[in-house]
Amino acid sequence: MASKKTVSGGASASAAGEFYAKYKPWIGTAIAVVLILLAPSVMSVYNLGLLSKYLCYAMVAVGIGLAWGQGGMLTLGQGLFFGLGAYVMAIHMKLSDIGPGQVPDFMAQYGITEVPGFWELFRNPVIAVIGVAAVPGAIAALLGLAVFGRGVRGAYFAILSQALVAAFSVLLIGQSKTTGGTNGLNDFKGFFGYDLTDDANKQMIFYICAFLTLAMVLVVWWIRRSFMGDLIIGVRDQENRMKFLGYNPASIKVFAFSLAAMFAGIGGAMFVPVVGIISPSDIGVTPSILMLAGVVIGGRTTLLGPVVGTLLVRFAETQLSEAYPSAWTYIEGLIFILVIAFVPMGLGQFKGLWPWIKDRLGIGSAGSVAAAAASASVASAGDGGGDVKAAASASAAVTA
Amino acid sequence: MDMLFPQIVAGLSNGSILLLAALGLSLTFGQMGVINNAHGEFMMAGAYTAYVMSTLIGNKTVALIVALVVGFAVSGLLGLLLDVALLERMRMRPLDTLLVTFGVSLVLQQLARDIFGATPVYASAPEALTNPVTVFGYSFSAGRLFIFILSIVCVAALYAVLKLTPLGRQIRATSENRDLAEVSGISTRTVDHVTFFLGSGIAGIAGVALSLLNSISFNFGTTFIVQAFLVVVAGGVGQLKGAVIASFVLGLCQSAIELPTSASIGQVAVFLIVVVFLQFRPQGLVSIRSRNLA
Repeated sequence: MASKKTVSGGASASAAGEFYAKYKPWIGTAIAVVLILLAPSVMSVYNLGLLSKYLCYAMVAVGIGLAWGQGGMLTLGQGLFFGLGAYVMAIHMKLSDIGPGQVPDFMAQYGITEVPGFWELFRNPVIAVIGVAAVPGAIAALLGLAVFGRGVRGAYFAILSQALVAAFSVLLIGQSKTTGGTNGLNDFKGFFGYDLTDDANKQMIFYICAFLTLAMVLVVWWIRRSFMGDLIIGVRDQENRMKFLGYNPASIKVFAFSLAAMFAGIGGAMFVPVVGIISPSDIGVTPSILMLAGVVIGGRTTLLGPVVGTLLVRFAETQLSEAYPSAWTYIEGLIFILVIAFVPMGLGQFKGLWPWIKDRLGIGSAGSVAAAAASASVASAGDGGGDVKAAASASAAVTA
Repeated sequence: MDMLFPQIVAGLSNGSILLLAALGLSLTFGQMGVINNAHGEFMMAGAYTAYVMSTLIGNKTVALIVALVVGFAVSGLLGLLLDVALLERMRMRPLDTLLVTFGVSLVLQQLARDIFGATPVYASAPEALTNPVTVFGYSFSAGRLFIFILSIVCVAALYAVLKLTPLGRQIRATSENRDLAEVSGISTRTVDHVTFFLGSGIAGIAGVALSLLNSISFNFGTTFIVQAFLVVVAGGVGQLKGAVIASFVLGLCQSAIELPTSASIGQVAVFLIVVVFLQFRPQGLVSIRSRNLA
């Protein structure tokens, strides 16, 4: 990493560059924490709610970045795991709203007097919190063991993941007596005892979403620089060679895929208190593929690309879809067509651009440490960090 | 027996619908590794062609026949355009075509919504196909019988093209060994375009036929696409025989499971059957033997 910085400028600049390179993750985390803490003071409660919703999708995107960008598993079915997490959380919130011995309104309409067993399980808050990650993670691990173990990969895996989410949403609609059907579960009052209508609690939920997203990014960052990260990339690029070296590609893939599923489940779980409803239309085949849009734009192989891309896409969606609903669908379609066909690495593709411009203009030899640190933060784009981080703060400003 | 026979008929009918939807998909997937997510929207284009023809032409039988031909051409040309404009440049990364074609499907759906409106429309079927027909004392929906026959005709025609014509030989050569086909003087580029035209055109025919049973709206294709994908995966890539067997087996399974339970359980069961089946044959029902490690 450090070698890339030494090319830029004089002694003080390279010293700052080395300082930056050494502590980059800490600096990045610190900037992110400051931005998160500042956000409520510069944004209205309504916008904060929107940002929280985008962050729920960003959590899914972080997982997709790991499974698809790093692991090469194109998963079109993250809606399944998002939905599992969301329904576990929704069931818990519904049960704590109505109190023991009662049934939700929609069940009462069907004449059901006792909540079913899989509902009762998540009445306990501890089990519910564990469940939002454990249920999707376990289902993903089971599916992964079944398909990866038999060498099902690539397009086959993508199609299976898509079929799985289609089957799940059909099942949710079909079993409307216990799942709420097409209406889903909605009209929640409290979140672990906190009143959802209170602005202070909305702010707390935003903090939870933001810090969860940050934590997931850090987990993925840690995996990427660990030996496991190398194994995941190895399996993506040369599965047979990894096999001959004595590794089991299936277990490596199952690890990455289950972790991605847990991230999606947690994102789904936070979606419920933020948006106040979860229904099959949030998690069907098309919504599941749309969860990839931000990853596509941000750059599937970059660390922060999925988060930044997702925030950008969802922000644009809010801005455009109400005013021009038809235009927004065209844009969504064109994002997939143009970016994948012509810029397959998304924003990450431009990471070599800034050093190139800088080189041409002859800047980067600035004297003051501060200026050098600033330029180093973009020069380090060589490993995909700086420019995206700059974009992150920019997008946060835009959202405000 | 009295219970069994109608159920088998329903299963065969479901299977023929799956087969029509999956046939073109199997062809393009097999040859180019392209998973065409817009296949469903090509079916939708066929269905809207049927609707337009039924409003333009008074005689419904003539309208249906014209629609079958025009629908084939419309969807085929859409496919050709897609292949020339986008997919050709992505031959080296087939997995990405899944997402590009998803983008195309979003655009086509929105186009359909803008042109024909969001409310579903119906293509009025010929009189003969709306009445039930009676065979061996059992009464069938004539529309479903027509689709069953059409699916068999399509398979037979495609089989004949692949086995008997020089073009078919070139297609088979390209899908079995692209490099060897290329050095033997076949323009695989042209063959790819023709294959995509054929595969998409069959989607158009499927759309026209299925508009007899379903209302036509912008999300016409999404009803069929996921199951069509499953048929292709279970049948084995690019194998006509595999697609035919897989469609009818899955169709029969679905109707057998649906009867005692519900339609939603039936769909979930079909998915589980495919996953379990892939445990035993990860390459699908019919696969080309090779020493390749992949």
